[in-house]
Amino acid sequence: MNNEAYNFAYLDEQTKRMIRRALLKAVAIPGYQVPFASREMPMPYGWGTGGVQVSAAILTPDDRLKVIDQGADDTTNAVSIRSFFKRTAGVQTTTATSEATVIQTRHRIPEVPLTEKQTLVYQVPIPEPLRFLEPRESETRKMHSLEEYGLMHVKLYEDIARHGHIATSYAYPVSVEERYIMDPSPIPKFDNPKLSQNAALQLFGAGREQRIYALPPYTKVVSLDFDDHPFEASKANHVCALCGAEHSYLDEVIVDDEGNRMFVCSDTDYCESRRAQGLTGKSAA
Amino acid sequence: MYVSVKGGEQAIENAHAWLDEARRGDTNIAEINVAQIREQLSLSVNRVMAEGSLYDPDLAALAIKQSRGDLIEAIFLIRAYRTTLPRFGYSNAIDTSAMACERRVSATFKDIPGGQILGPTFDYTHRLIDFKLAAEGNAKKASKRDNSVDKMPRVSDFLNREGLMEAVIDNGDTPADLTREPLELPANRSLRLQSLARADEGFLLSLAYSTQRGYARNHAFVGELRIGLVDVVMDIPELGFDIDIGEIQVTECETVNQFTGSKTQPPQFTRGYGLVLGQTERKAISMALVDRAMRWEELGEDDEGAPAQDAEFVLYHSDNIQATGFLEHIKLPHYVDFQAELELIRQLREDAETNLSNTEDAHEQ
Repeated sequence: MNNEAYNFAYLDEQTKRMIRRALLKAVAIPGYQVPFASREMPMPYGWGTGGVQVSAAILTPDDRLKVIDQGADDTTNAVSIRSFFKRTAGVQTTTATSEATVIQTRHRIPEVPLTEKQTLVYQVPIPEPLRFLEPRESETRKMHSLEEYGLMHVKLYEDIARHGHIATSYAYPVSVEERYIMDPSPIPKFDNPKLSQNAALQLFGAGREQRIYALPPYTKVVSLDFDDHPFEASKANHVCALCGAEHSYLDEVIVDDEGNRMFVCSDTDYCESRRAQGLTGKSAA
Repeated sequence: MYVSVKGGEQAIENAHAWLDEARRGDTNIAEINVAQIREQLSLSVNRVMAEGSLYDPDLAALAIKQSRGDLIEAIFLIRAYRTTLPRFGYSNAIDTSAMACERRVSATFKDIPGGQILGPTFDYTHRLIDFKLAAEGNAKKASKRDNSVDKMPRVSDFLNREGLMEAVIDNGDTPADLTREPLELPANRSLRLQSLARADEGFLLSLAYSTQRGYARNHAFVGELRIGLVDVVMDIPELGFDIDIGEIQVTECETVNQFTGSKTQPPQFTRGYGLVLGQTERKAISMALVDRAMRWEELGEDDEGAPAQDAEFVLYHSDNIQATGFLEHIKLPHYVDFQAELELIRQLREDAETNLSNTEDAHEQ
């Protein structure tokens, strides 16, 4: 690709302006899904085109970008998106959460608390929390405008009646400032508490579905639950085998043909910085 | 000792190098060039231009070469390139009645002014593998009548004169553009047609076929199908007059469908319309049938709950670039979500087993 042939961060300025307008509206109405004229990007829909367009619209030459997928900086798609912006925007990149000004993520919120100087950009596959209850966009938009969320509560209630628990473990629906029900993207519900009162600006981009939404800093976000079945941010009941972390989200790794497993931090930067500080788990060398 | 997997960057690079090698295939075989694809695989090129929404045969041929002949991948390359192009204006609407027709058939009238022209069609070929082609492709010259008719009147216009055909009224609105505005529903007919024109051929074919088999049957006759070149004309404000900037090949299909009428309105035939870039006949006919099926509301027909009648269903699922992206993304890592599901299912099973043993204990006592 000839870098000269493309504008800074790939998108042309008019497209960026269109996206920024949608972002401003999204920030003004937290949790509301703003339609935007998503463009075809040079990576497939489903690979994070929404997040990439949001990042492209907010990046400045002074930014330092971090890209994670499943919490890791070195998963193939994170590598690919990071190199896309390195090439088209020439921005600095980092894997250190604390050093990044913009973090694009798929499926995780970093373990380390974010600051007011940071923006977290989520890649969103299905922005509509009501979609699997009602497949029609024309209906779900109406339901949001009328705050008609009974269906969602019935679904959660039915889960409890059938399983004894709310059977949603990721993309767990939240209520934003007591108005809109929002899909937090497919993060594990372990991450849901970090959505609320977060110091960072949180932006959500769904490219294929042409929607942008946002949580301004310090927005109140509540995971849906019932008084007698309170929300619980669960994770595997283990500690990280590499860094010994007790309160981080863990990936389960199958280590041999016998099916033995170990549990390691999903947030690779968090795990590596703990090990750099000399903290170790039982499997660390 | 466990070491987490690193080196994604190197793996991606190596995979791409392998892809390049596989694309080229056996280097003892001559490399195919873009002009050969453009000239000899022209129907592939046409499909890529139509669904890529960009009329550029050379670029489409290059995309086919780059994509190893995977047409959806080629369409994707064209779409991604197309969005980066600046727009400096809009052409006037093309005039298909002034088309230089290479093919023009009507199924509703035996003879029509301007005549029926079969053109380069597979229609009456016997589908027998031509083994001669494996050895040689000696170019035969076809004998053609000079066909320099200025205007080819539309078959629908003849029906129109009698008032048998529903009139098409231009309300003067600027058509919406779904490549610039997010799709919002309900979509008017021009927006639906734009979406269908770039929709996946296979998806439209199946939907159109379903209407023929009774899912919102609208009994279509091909009033006219024409393929040929049309001029693209632009009004240049600084000059104060129109300029012909080139010509493109398009396929247009107008169907004549079962009539509707009411106590106050005499019965009339209704229309379905298909217009697609290039020689893309199957797609144009499919488009016309699906267009007609989606018009049920405006024509006062019943909602049969048929897939082809459901504009939201059709428009949201007809784009193969959106569909293939989302479908294939499930091969990306999902282990964080899967881990959350693992935890949940273990917990649910544990609860169920505890409940079961409690019940058994209760029975034993």
